[in-house]
Amino acid sequence: MFDRDLENTTLQSRPSELSPESRRSFLGVLLGLGWALVSALLSVPLIRFSLFPLLRRTTELESSTVGELSEFSSLTEPAMRTIQIGQVDGWRKTVSEEIVYVTKNSQGQLRVLSSICPHLGCTVPWNKEKNQFVCPCHGTTFAADGTRISGPSLRGMDTLETSVEQGQLQVQFQYFRQLVSDKEVIG
Amino acid sequence: MHSTGTSANHAPTHPESGLWKWLNRRTGLDDLLHSVLDEPIPGGARFAYIFGSGLLFIFLSQIITGVFLALYYVPSADHAHKTVAYITKAVTAGSFLRSLHFYGASAMVVVLFLHLSQTYIYGAYKKRRELLWFSGCVLFGLVMAMAFTGYLLPWDQRAYFATAVGTNAVGEIPWIGESIKRLMRGGTAMGTLTISRFFVAHVFLIPAFIFALVASHLFLFRKAGAAGPINENPYQPTQKAELFYPRQVIMDLSLTALLIAGLGLLSFMIPVKLGPAANPADAQYVPRPEWYYLPIFQWLKYWHGSAAIVGVLVIPVLLVLTVLALPFLDRSVERRPWKRPAAMAAYVFLVFSIVGLGLRSQYLDRHDSGVSQQLAKQSADEDKYMRKPFEPDLSSASLAAANVKLADPLAAKGKTIFEARSCSACHGQGGVGTAAAPALTGIHKEFSPDQLAELFKHPTAKMNAGGMPPVALPPDDMKALIAYIERLVP
Repeated sequence: MFDRDLENTTLQSRPSELSPESRRSFLGVLLGLGWALVSALLSVPLIRFSLFPLLRRTTELESSTVGELSEFSSLTEPAMRTIQIGQVDGWRKTVSEEIVYVTKNSQGQLRVLSSICPHLGCTVPWNKEKNQFVCPCHGTTFAADGTRISGPSLRGMDTLETSVEQGQLQVQFQYFRQLVSDKEVIG
Repeated sequence: MHSTGTSANHAPTHPESGLWKWLNRRTGLDDLLHSVLDEPIPGGARFAYIFGSGLLFIFLSQIITGVFLALYYVPSADHAHKTVAYITKAVTAGSFLRSLHFYGASAMVVVLFLHLSQTYIYGAYKKRRELLWFSGCVLFGLVMAMAFTGYLLPWDQRAYFATAVGTNAVGEIPWIGESIKRLMRGGTAMGTLTISRFFVAHVFLIPAFIFALVASHLFLFRKAGAAGPINENPYQPTQKAELFYPRQVIMDLSLTALLIAGLGLLSFMIPVKLGPAANPADAQYVPRPEWYYLPIFQWLKYWHGSAAIVGVLVIPVLLVLTVLALPFLDRSVERRPWKRPAAMAAYVFLVFSIVGLGLRSQYLDRHDSGVSQQLAKQSADEDKYMRKPFEPDLSSASLAAANVKLADPLAAKGKTIFEARSCSACHGQGGVGTAAAPALTGIHKEFSPDQLAELFKHPTAKMNAGGMPPVALPPDDMKALIAYIERLVP
């Protein structure tokens, strides 16, 4: 039957008059090098793609607008403002609200304070009568510029980085570690 | 390292270093390499035989780019489009990799057609290769299924509507179509469950089948042996065989190089677009499938009502069965195309019909001013969307919080009271809770508004001990405060 004949032809022993061994191995090295080169080239976009979050900022707290600079020109006591903080996390973004106080330091420069108590994280309200910030949780008191007066907190209220853009007071909100004496950014 | 030429009995390079010897003893790598590279090719190496390895290369490329795309992709109706936009617009080389994956699918269909045509024209499906042909046909179907399932995943207008039409077409199959359609969609309508299903099929199920079938295809190929030249005498072969390595390897690699260059250039020069997110309510959208599905799309237009059963079921099933059974139907040993006029006529007829249907679909679109205008508008919308910078997805909780002000004036008033009374001091911004006091989110599910008002006015002993002061408010303000608390989301 022809079937058997066909099968016999397919797996004949290797013809002996092939190119010499040395030529074949030289070609092998050449092909190997070419393969390595092309693979290296092709992996460049793959590596850049996967390292993207390491080389670029993909998580950040966006700066928030506190208000017009002119609003705070004649401050007599800390002004409470609710700011919206956009937190970018890769392809998503969450918007949360935080309370900050716009106040002046001893030199009369504008300062923005986080309202989060550096002790245990309660929101510190301004007490008009006492002319102090008084934390409702454990009673730490802070002066109008945020420096600690008394109570369990280990440091004064945290100042935030500010900038002015087109007459708008901007603040870069950050969260800080509680229960430590030095300001230490979290995250 | 070069061979010292001691006992290099087979191909190709044969370094005899200690490491290689050891590795070889443990793995038998040398024998494996030998059996892969020293496959005899009857009649010698030919460019006609390069398409199979080209397909393997594209498959490999699709796996690699696909795995990398999955680094950022999220399969849900909420996030699919946003994450693909992120890949396309934000991530370094993201647009390039996505384009490679997208064009890779088209290249797969093209090279698959060439591979199939070569096999058919060379009569390489005959006798002894029934299972080889059969596994190839199933692989063809799986590749088309990959193209179909992958197309939905970006969840833009084009993807959504093309898949809506595609699954509707499946629904046209008499008796079982509707059930299959619902199975594919995960319900009656397209939605987030559809994405999950298509994702699982595209990433887990179909690739697993493809792996298995590629392995059997290669095994069956080596078992049956290469078919060789068409003019070979089937009874007493006279033409000499040549080993796969090196000439056939180099020919195969030339196609691979061409594919790399072609796909790379195309992806770089013409990156694939992403359109606006799927909007199922868009009644004007004119859906069009990718080019390789156009013939089927056009074909289905001709069959409606009682004739549908012929066009949607009978003819396709007959065609598929005929193609599958080809090695059994065509039992002659003759492989020369010019001696197989019927087979060649059938091939030409089929190719012309398929290409003709595709062209007809394009022609009809161009000559229907309504459709062509809408298609132009859709394309312009895609361009417009591509020009916009990437905008992160606003989480739904943030949206709810931000919308309190707009949605309900009473709740908005409650919010100002909440903040002015320093409720947030202990209960946290948005009532999420702090170390000093519990969260208020969701408490409206435990207490009625009246109970809440009562608790606020007269805190319990436990609340008192925790530092909760009585809240004295006029009734309207209390109502507003409770309206706000009811809206708090964790």
